[in-house]
Amino acid sequence: MSWVLFILLAVVTLVGGVGVVATRNVVHAALSLLVSLLAVAGIYLILFAEFLALVQVLIYGGAIIIVLLFAIMLTRSSEYPRISDNRQWPIGLVAAVGLLAVLAASFWISQHQSAGPESPALGNLANSLFTRWAIPFEVASLVLLVALIGAIIIARTGEDEG
Amino acid sequence: MTPIADFHLQAFDPTVFATNWTAVAISAVVAVVAIGGMFAASQILSSRRKSDIKLTPYECGIPPTPYAWSNISVRFYIFAILFLIFDVEAVFLFPWAVIFIKQQAMGNPIPFYAMLMFLGVLFFAIVYAWKKGALEWQK
Repeated sequence: MSWVLFILLAVVTLVGGVGVVATRNVVHAALSLLVSLLAVAGIYLILFAEFLALVQVLIYGGAIIIVLLFAIMLTRSSEYPRISDNRQWPIGLVAAVGLLAVLAASFWISQHQSAGPESPALGNLANSLFTRWAIPFEVASLVLLVALIGAIIIARTGEDEG
Repeated sequence: MTPIADFHLQAFDPTVFATNWTAVAISAVVAVVAIGGMFAASQILSSRRKSDIKLTPYECGIPPTPYAWSNISVRFYIFAILFLIFDVEAVFLFPWAVIFIKQQAMGNPIPFYAMLMFLGVLFFAIVYAWKKGALEWQK
C-alpha cells in the first residue's frame, strides 16, 4: 500500500519538476513547482512526518510559491513572459548531474535501511519544543520581528518619511 | 526553579496515524470529486458557443486592460512579506495547540506562556507595521 502511494507521489513530484523546466511560461513553471512541493508533502506523510508535511504545505506550498509569483509579478516579466531558458543551461546541467551523483553516492554509502515508523509524534515534538527548547523558540519570534522590520525599512527607502 | 513536569514520550502507533490521516484523505477525495464533478457537469451540460466577447477575461464589466503581463506596483511586496511572516508564525501554533492543555493539566504552564510571549512579540510586529504606515497605500 505505501509503495503504491510512494510511486504515485514520486511520479507527481517528477511530473511537476519536469513541468518547471519544460514550460516556457514562468507562471506555469511556478505552478508546476507547487504541484511538485505538495507531492513531496505527501511523501513526508508516508514517512509519518506529519509536522514536516504540514510545514511543507503551509510554508513551501503557500508562502514560497506566493513569494515566487510576487517576484514574477513585480519584475519586468512583461518583457519576456515566455523565456524561461537561457544560455546558462549547460552549467545548470553540470550542477544537476553533480548533485545527483552526490545524492546517489551518499545513499549508496549509507546503505539506508528502511527506518520504519519511528518518527516522533506531533505531541512529542511539541512537548520538546515548548518546554526544553522554549528559549530558542522565543528567539525565533525575534528573528521574525527583525525580518519584518527589515522588510518595511527596505520597502520604504526612497519614499517620503512620515 | 521548579522542576518541569515530566512528559512521557507517546509511543508511536502507525495504526493510529493511519486512522487519523484516513479522515483527511477521505475529505480530500470528497473535495476533489465535488469540484471535479462540478467542472465536468459544466463541460457536459453547458452549450459551447464561443465568441470574442465571451472569451475575454471578466473584469467587473469594464473592458480588460490591454496586457495581462503588466507590472504591478512594488508596494504589494510588503504585503507578501507580511503574509510570509505570519504564515511562519501560524505553523508554530499547530504543535502548540496539540499539547498546551495537557501540559497545563500536568502543572506545566511553560508552553502556554511561551506561546503568549511569541504571539506578543509578533503582535508588536504588526503594531510596528501599522504605526509605520506599511499597511496603508502610499501615493
